[in-house]
Amino acid sequence: MRDLIIRVISRFMIPFIQVYGAYIVLYGHLSPGGGFAGGTVIASSIILYILAYGLLSEEKRIPEHFTRVVESAGALFYVFVGLLGVLLGTRFLGNSVAGFPLGIPGRLSSGGTIFLLTFAIGMKVASTMITLFSHLIDEEREEG
Amino acid sequence: MTLLQLLLLLFLLICALMAGRIKDLISSVIIFAAYSLTMALLWQQLNAPDVAITEAAMGAGVTTLLLFAAISRTERME
Repeated sequence: MRDLIIRVISRFMIPFIQVYGAYIVLYGHLSPGGGFAGGTVIASSIILYILAYGLLSEEKRIPEHFTRVVESAGALFYVFVGLLGVLLGTRFLGNSVAGFPLGIPGRLSSGGTIFLLTFAIGMKVASTMITLFSHLIDEEREEG
Repeated sequence: MTLLQLLLLLFLLICALMAGRIKDLISSVIIFAAYSLTMALLWQQLNAPDVAITEAAMGAGVTTLLLFAAISRTERME
Protein backbone atom coordinates (compact mmCIF):
# COMPACT_ATOMS: atom_id res chain seq x y z
CA MET A 1 0.00 0.00 0.00
CA ARG A 2 3.00 2.35 0.53
CA ASP A 3 4.21 1.99 -3.04
CA LEU A 4 6.31 4.84 -4.47
CA ILE A 5 4.35 5.02 -7.73
CA ILE A 6 1.04 5.26 -5.90
CA ARG A 7 2.37 8.01 -3.64
CA VAL A 8 3.79 10.14 -6.48
CA ILE A 9 0.78 9.72 -8.77
CA SER A 10 -1.69 10.49 -6.00
CA ARG A 11 0.34 13.58 -5.07
CA PHE A 12 -0.18 14.76 -8.67
CA MET A 13 -3.84 13.74 -8.86
CA ILE A 14 -5.25 14.97 -5.54
CA PRO A 15 -5.17 18.76 -6.30
CA PHE A 16 -6.93 18.26 -9.64
CA ILE A 17 -9.61 16.06 -8.07
CA GLN A 18 -10.18 18.65 -5.34
CA VAL A 19 -10.43 21.55 -7.82
CA TYR A 20 -12.94 19.55 -9.88
CA GLY A 21 -14.97 18.78 -6.75
CA ALA A 22 -14.95 22.43 -5.71
CA TYR A 23 -16.07 23.38 -9.23
CA ILE A 24 -18.98 20.94 -9.07
CA VAL A 25 -20.02 22.31 -5.66
CA LEU A 26 -19.68 26.01 -6.51
CA TYR A 27 -21.37 25.75 -9.93
CA GLY A 28 -24.08 23.44 -8.60
CA HIS A 29 -26.89 25.87 -9.45
CA LEU A 30 -25.67 26.50 -13.01
CA SER A 31 -24.28 23.24 -14.40
CA PRO A 32 -24.86 19.53 -13.71
CA GLY A 33 -23.76 18.43 -10.28
CA GLY A 34 -24.35 19.96 -6.89
CA GLY A 35 -23.55 19.53 -3.26
CA PHE A 36 -23.82 15.75 -3.09
CA ALA A 37 -21.79 14.93 -6.22
CA GLY A 38 -19.11 17.55 -5.51
CA GLY A 39 -18.79 16.59 -1.87
CA THR A 40 -18.34 12.97 -2.89
CA VAL A 41 -15.57 13.94 -5.33
CA ILE A 42 -13.75 15.98 -2.65
CA ALA A 43 -14.10 13.11 -0.17
CA SER A 44 -12.75 10.62 -2.72
CA SER A 45 -9.58 12.73 -3.03
CA ILE A 46 -9.08 12.54 0.74
CA ILE A 47 -9.76 8.78 0.63
CA LEU A 48 -7.08 8.49 -2.08
CA TYR A 49 -4.72 10.30 0.29
CA ILE A 50 -5.55 7.83 3.08
CA LEU A 51 -4.92 4.88 0.78
CA ALA A 52 -1.57 6.24 -0.42
CA TYR A 53 -0.12 7.73 2.76
CA GLY A 54 -1.94 5.92 5.55
CA LEU A 55 -4.53 6.91 8.10
CA LEU A 56 -2.04 8.32 10.63
CA SER A 57 -0.68 10.87 8.15
CA GLU A 58 -4.21 11.94 7.22
CA GLU A 59 -5.27 12.30 10.87
CA LYS A 60 -2.29 14.61 11.41
CA ARG A 61 -3.39 16.92 8.60
CA ILE A 62 -7.17 16.67 9.02
CA PRO A 63 -7.90 15.81 12.68
CA GLU A 64 -10.99 13.77 13.41
CA HIS A 65 -12.64 16.44 15.57
CA PHE A 66 -12.26 18.89 12.65
CA THR A 67 -14.28 16.69 10.26
CA ARG A 68 -16.82 16.18 13.04
CA VAL A 69 -17.18 19.97 13.48
CA VAL A 70 -17.44 20.56 9.70
CA GLU A 71 -20.07 17.83 9.41
CA SER A 72 -22.29 19.39 12.07
CA ALA A 73 -21.59 22.91 10.79
CA GLY A 74 -22.78 21.96 7.30
CA ALA A 75 -26.12 20.66 8.58
CA LEU A 76 -26.59 23.62 10.94
CA PHE A 77 -25.67 26.10 8.18
CA TYR A 78 -28.33 24.56 5.91
CA VAL A 79 -30.97 24.88 8.64
CA PHE A 80 -29.81 28.45 9.39
CA VAL A 81 -30.15 29.51 5.74
CA GLY A 82 -33.55 27.83 5.64
CA LEU A 83 -34.66 29.63 8.78
CA LEU A 84 -33.58 32.99 7.31
CA GLY A 85 -36.65 32.71 5.09
CA VAL A 86 -38.84 32.26 8.16
CA LEU A 87 -37.16 35.17 9.98
CA LEU A 88 -37.77 37.43 6.98
CA GLY A 89 -41.48 36.69 7.17
CA THR A 90 -42.05 33.94 4.59
CA ARG A 91 -41.74 30.18 4.53
CA PHE A 92 -38.81 27.82 5.31
CA LEU A 93 -36.13 27.98 2.55
CA GLY A 94 -37.91 31.01 1.05
CA ASN A 95 -35.63 32.44 -1.61
CA SER A 96 -36.83 35.25 -3.82
CA VAL A 97 -40.08 35.69 -1.86
CA ALA A 98 -37.94 36.48 1.21
CA GLY A 99 -36.17 39.26 -0.66
CA PHE A 100 -32.85 37.67 -1.55
CA PRO A 101 -31.48 39.18 -4.80
CA LEU A 102 -31.58 36.73 -7.67
CA GLY A 103 -28.94 38.39 -9.83
CA ILE A 104 -28.41 37.95 -13.54
CA PRO A 105 -29.27 34.42 -14.80
CA GLY A 106 -26.16 32.48 -15.75
CA ARG A 107 -23.80 34.35 -13.45
CA LEU A 108 -22.14 32.64 -10.47
CA SER A 109 -23.89 35.07 -8.11
CA SER A 110 -27.38 34.21 -9.36
CA GLY A 111 -29.90 32.02 -7.62
CA GLY A 112 -30.23 33.70 -4.22
CA THR A 113 -29.54 31.30 -1.36
CA ILE A 114 -29.15 28.16 -3.50
CA PHE A 115 -25.41 28.82 -3.72
CA LEU A 116 -25.11 28.77 0.10
CA LEU A 117 -27.32 25.67 0.40
CA THR A 118 -25.23 23.73 -2.13
CA PHE A 119 -22.07 24.74 -0.28
CA ALA A 120 -23.55 23.50 3.02
CA ILE A 121 -24.50 20.15 1.45
CA GLY A 122 -21.00 19.82 0.00
CA MET A 123 -19.39 20.40 3.42
CA LYS A 124 -21.69 17.88 5.08
CA VAL A 125 -21.32 15.14 2.46
CA ALA A 126 -17.53 15.44 2.11
CA SER A 127 -16.85 15.23 5.85
CA THR A 128 -19.39 12.42 6.29
CA MET A 129 -17.68 10.30 3.61
CA ILE A 130 -14.24 10.89 5.13
CA THR A 131 -15.48 9.97 8.62
CA LEU A 132 -17.26 6.87 7.28
CA PHE A 133 -14.20 5.55 5.47
CA SER A 134 -11.67 6.30 8.22
CA HIS A 135 -13.93 4.64 10.81
CA LEU A 136 -14.30 1.56 8.61
CA ILE A 137 -10.59 0.98 8.05
CA ASP A 138 -9.44 1.98 11.53
CA GLU A 139 -8.78 -1.20 13.51
CA GLU A 140 -7.87 0.15 16.93
CA ARG A 141 -10.54 2.77 17.49
CA GLU A 142 -13.20 1.50 19.87
CA GLU A 143 -16.88 2.12 19.29
CA GLY A 144 -18.64 5.25 20.56
CA MET B 1 -31.71 3.85 -29.53
CA THR B 2 -28.23 3.81 -30.97
CA LEU B 3 -25.78 0.92 -31.24
CA LEU B 4 -23.64 2.39 -28.43
CA GLN B 5 -26.57 2.38 -26.03
CA LEU B 6 -27.46 -1.20 -26.93
CA LEU B 7 -23.87 -2.34 -26.33
CA LEU B 8 -23.77 -0.49 -23.01
CA LEU B 9 -27.06 -2.08 -21.96
CA LEU B 10 -25.76 -5.54 -22.87
CA PHE B 11 -22.55 -4.96 -20.89
CA LEU B 12 -24.62 -3.62 -17.98
CA LEU B 13 -26.75 -6.78 -17.97
CA ILE B 14 -23.68 -9.05 -18.02
CA CYS B 15 -22.04 -7.07 -15.19
CA ALA B 16 -25.20 -7.15 -13.07
CA LEU B 17 -25.61 -10.92 -13.49
CA MET B 18 -21.93 -11.70 -12.84
CA ALA B 19 -21.69 -9.43 -9.78
CA GLY B 20 -24.37 -11.49 -8.12
CA ARG B 21 -23.16 -14.91 -9.23
CA ILE B 22 -19.41 -14.77 -8.60
CA LYS B 23 -18.05 -16.30 -5.36
CA ASP B 24 -14.92 -14.14 -4.89
CA LEU B 25 -16.19 -10.96 -3.21
CA ILE B 26 -13.30 -8.75 -4.37
CA SER B 27 -13.97 -9.72 -7.98
CA SER B 28 -17.64 -9.04 -7.34
CA VAL B 29 -16.85 -5.51 -6.09
CA ILE B 30 -14.67 -4.78 -9.13
CA ILE B 31 -17.45 -5.98 -11.44
CA PHE B 32 -19.85 -3.77 -9.50
CA ALA B 33 -17.56 -0.78 -10.14
CA ALA B 34 -17.64 -1.60 -13.86
CA TYR B 35 -21.43 -1.77 -13.60
CA SER B 36 -21.51 1.69 -12.00
CA LEU B 37 -19.24 3.17 -14.68
CA THR B 38 -21.41 1.70 -17.46
CA MET B 39 -24.49 3.02 -15.69
CA ALA B 40 -22.91 6.49 -15.51
CA LEU B 41 -22.23 6.41 -19.27
CA LEU B 42 -25.84 5.31 -19.83
CA TRP B 43 -27.20 8.13 -17.65
CA GLN B 44 -25.20 10.56 -19.76
CA GLN B 45 -26.60 8.97 -22.93
CA LEU B 46 -30.12 9.35 -21.51
CA ASN B 47 -29.55 13.14 -21.07
CA ALA B 48 -29.21 13.02 -17.27
CA PRO B 49 -25.71 14.46 -16.66
CA ASP B 50 -26.50 15.33 -13.04
CA VAL B 51 -27.24 11.71 -12.16
CA ALA B 52 -24.25 10.62 -14.26
CA ILE B 53 -21.81 12.70 -12.20
CA THR B 54 -23.29 11.40 -8.95
CA GLU B 55 -23.18 7.82 -10.20
CA ALA B 56 -19.56 8.12 -11.34
CA ALA B 57 -18.39 9.65 -8.06
CA MET B 58 -20.59 7.65 -5.72
CA GLY B 59 -21.06 4.27 -7.39
CA ALA B 60 -17.70 3.80 -9.06
CA GLY B 61 -15.63 5.63 -6.44
CA VAL B 62 -16.77 5.71 -2.86
CA THR B 63 -19.03 2.64 -2.80
CA THR B 64 -16.23 0.46 -4.15
CA LEU B 65 -13.82 1.68 -1.48
CA LEU B 66 -16.39 1.26 1.30
CA LEU B 67 -17.13 -2.30 0.16
CA PHE B 68 -13.38 -3.01 0.04
CA ALA B 69 -13.01 -1.70 3.59
CA ALA B 70 -15.90 -3.92 4.66
CA ILE B 71 -14.33 -6.97 2.97
CA SER B 72 -10.97 -6.28 4.64
CA ARG B 73 -12.73 -6.57 8.02
CA THR B 74 -14.52 -9.84 7.08
CA GLU B 75 -13.77 -12.74 4.72
CA ARG B 76 -12.87 -12.60 1.05
CA MET B 77 -14.67 -15.70 -0.17
CA GLU B 78 -18.41 -16.09 0.10
